[in-house]
Amino acid sequence: MSSSNDSIANSLDVLPALRASGINKSFGPIAVLHDIDFEVYPGEIHALLGENGAGKSTLVKILAGFEQPTSGSLAFNGAPTVWDSMRDAEENGIVLIHQELNLAGLLSVEENIFLGREIKKGLFVDHTTMRKKSRTLLDQLECRASVTARVDDLSVADQQMIEIAKATSRNANVLFLDEPTAVLTPHETKSLFKLLRRLKSEGVAIVFISHKLDEIEQIADRITVLRDGKHIDTVPAHSVTKDDMARLMVGRDLTEYFPHIPVPDKNADIVLSVQGVATDTGIVDAGFDLRRAEVLGFAGLQGAGRTALMEALIGLDPITTGTIQQNGTTVKFKTPGDAKTARIAYLTKDRKGKGLLLGNDLVHNFSLFALEKFTRFFINRKAEKAAFDAAAKQFDLRAASPKMLAGSLSGGNQQKLLLAKVLEINPDIIILDEPTRGIDVGAKSQIYGFIADLVSQGRSVIVLSSELSEIIGLSSRVAVMHEGRITGVLEGDQITEEEIMRFATGLGASTDAGKNNTTTATTVEEIS
Amino acid sequence: MIINWKAAGPLIALGALLVLGTLINGNFLSTGNMTNILTRSSFIGIIAIGATFVISSGSIDLSVGSMAAFIAGVMIMFMNTLKDLTDLMWLVVLAGVLAGAVLGMFAGWLNGILTTRGKIEAFIVTLGTMGIYRSLVTYLADGGTLSLNSQVRSMYRPVYYGDILGIPFPVIIFAAMAVLGYVVLNHTAYGRHVQSVGANEHVARYSAISTDRVKIIAFMIQGACVAMATIIYVPRLGSASSSTGVLWELEAIAAVIIGGTLLKGGYGRIGGTVAGALILTLIGNILNLTDAISNYLNGAVQGVIIIAAVFLQRGIGKKQK
Repeated sequence: MSSSNDSIANSLDVLPALRASGINKSFGPIAVLHDIDFEVYPGEIHALLGENGAGKSTLVKILAGFEQPTSGSLAFNGAPTVWDSMRDAEENGIVLIHQELNLAGLLSVEENIFLGREIKKGLFVDHTTMRKKSRTLLDQLECRASVTARVDDLSVADQQMIEIAKATSRNANVLFLDEPTAVLTPHETKSLFKLLRRLKSEGVAIVFISHKLDEIEQIADRITVLRDGKHIDTVPAHSVTKDDMARLMVGRDLTEYFPHIPVPDKNADIVLSVQGVATDTGIVDAGFDLRRAEVLGFAGLQGAGRTALMEALIGLDPITTGTIQQNGTTVKFKTPGDAKTARIAYLTKDRKGKGLLLGNDLVHNFSLFALEKFTRFFINRKAEKAAFDAAAKQFDLRAASPKMLAGSLSGGNQQKLLLAKVLEINPDIIILDEPTRGIDVGAKSQIYGFIADLVSQGRSVIVLSSELSEIIGLSSRVAVMHEGRITGVLEGDQITEEEIMRFATGLGASTDAGKNNTTTATTVEEIS
Repeated sequence: MIINWKAAGPLIALGALLVLGTLINGNFLSTGNMTNILTRSSFIGIIAIGATFVISSGSIDLSVGSMAAFIAGVMIMFMNTLKDLTDLMWLVVLAGVLAGAVLGMFAGWLNGILTTRGKIEAFIVTLGTMGIYRSLVTYLADGGTLSLNSQVRSMYRPVYYGDILGIPFPVIIFAAMAVLGYVVLNHTAYGRHVQSVGANEHVARYSAISTDRVKIIAFMIQGACVAMATIIYVPRLGSASSSTGVLWELEAIAAVIIGGTLLKGGYGRIGGTVAGALILTLIGNILNLTDAISNYLNGAVQGVIIIAAVFLQRGIGKKQK
């Protein structure tokens, strides 16, 4: 990282915008934070790093007045402070953007940005001014959403941008962002970073929580690592590598982040062949082959149609034209039930909205997809519980009790539960959509291990991911989508970030790639 | 521990009302009064068992009261017509009962298909069918009352007034339906699916559950329950009019909610619903036995109980967090 930032942290005459000293926090008998010291300076981007459950979100909530510490003190611009409420903090320019979006879905973009602080002309709301200001804010984020659009009609990424615009419109002194990039594409993340750098140059103190180490490397000036509720270290960002960060987070070396997954033979059976598929959800002409015992990666920008394609394939959305062959036979899945019968399982990327019943217990969630397996006329609860126990062991699901609610599990454990749920039908083809979104490094590498196990059992896996490193680390081939089409299928040493991005943005194969590699990218026409 | 409290809540309320009733009037616990309370609870109780399914699946059915009146009207007209064709009165009654059952399930299917395939909210659909059935029964009765032929009625009478070992027939049916409902909701895949669809329809769909089918069947169960309640109601008075079954939908929903089923869906309790139906009848009964509160305030007391029940449940839910 650039060294211009060091001056901020080092200059003694600048007071920290917010300083926390000796913060302890307990929920009942459970202590989640132990004696934490933390400070953030004006004009600094301070990354907060740690595994799920390390206490990052709790610390941030205390700093922003959402929670009271059990003991310890806060100082705002050098003056001792107690936030009576989040409102009190907000009036002093402390703004927290939560992990979960907090928008009124039926209101327009502009109404959301100014919610509770509407600009008025006399008695009436001044929509013209509000729209104009909203437009400017969104333009800074390079977000093209219309200011009059209903928030529910926008993509999750745009919604996240609106949340950020809303926060920045409040003239923040201290801005907390809790995993803001979880739903953003690399391009959108870049726009966000541009904005954050501008805010930083204006003297805003920024605290940034993320699991993505390369993002932290790009944007952070300093990094504070928490582990098990304890402050592990605070270091200048340029002094550590990603490996150092990961090591500090988990407290051990992470050797072999990605497991070795053998590349299948060129002549391996084709288990799934998709040709010329189009849908009303934006897929124009998609085709690909999936081989036995391989990981086929799917890359693309947000909205390229990866999820839409997979959801159509398993019968969640109708396919208007095109054919699907499974093991050489033409198949048609009208419902997800048909795909399940054909032993195809899909793991949704929307773990909380579409994957798990957050208000139900773990066993109920686990068995829901494979319920027939445990049912003759009545559900055999003993068999169900036994299968859950076996899966919990296999997937290292750490839960206090099988009776606890899925919503109270950490992100990583929720993901393992969801994975156990879809694998319980013993599928032959497994489609994983963002299998590691928003989970910590430790759980991530475990999930990679599970994927390798599936392949070694002769099953075929499709992985959709916005993290290029994940796609590259896991896949033997990578299909890249752009605007509802598969623009290329990359193999071997064609699989590089640059090459994927070229196809993802619709540029096509680079001439460089042609020079360096003997093979050229396989296009859709060639495989179909 | 907390879950136990949730389940026990309606039972504790029921127990408290029983103690209160005993303190007010010594005759309260007499066999006669208890049988009376159970019999009178059975109509709303049976309908509420069906409503537990619909509400657990995240829907609502406002049409049940009108549906009961309409089914009663059609059954009476049907049996009166059949009576002229045959002398076998048991056959007339059997045919009438079957017609009621088929009509009930069809009415439920209609509500279900309009909500799912028609993509109209259940509240709107059943508000519409509620008006349609109420108006149809008024039309069929020509604004007056439809009366069952006395010959048929004397054959049909035991279905309401009869008993086995001193237990009135309606109570036996109520109990049987409750057991059946409990088993289906808690021990079959369908019951699990109902509660999953109610908890989060997206999750259910992504778990390869045919959500439309689950909802339509829930409405059909509701229709069958309404038909069953009507089948034991018709021999009681032997008539149907535009005022038959008025406000039953609200009493049934109230019984379900008092019983601890979540109105937004995802969690249903048949046992609680049975307790809820009994609580509603008990309130009326106790008010009859005492002069302390006017009987005219029955509705007000019921209203307070409903609000209090939900308030307490929400309090418990919060603690759980």
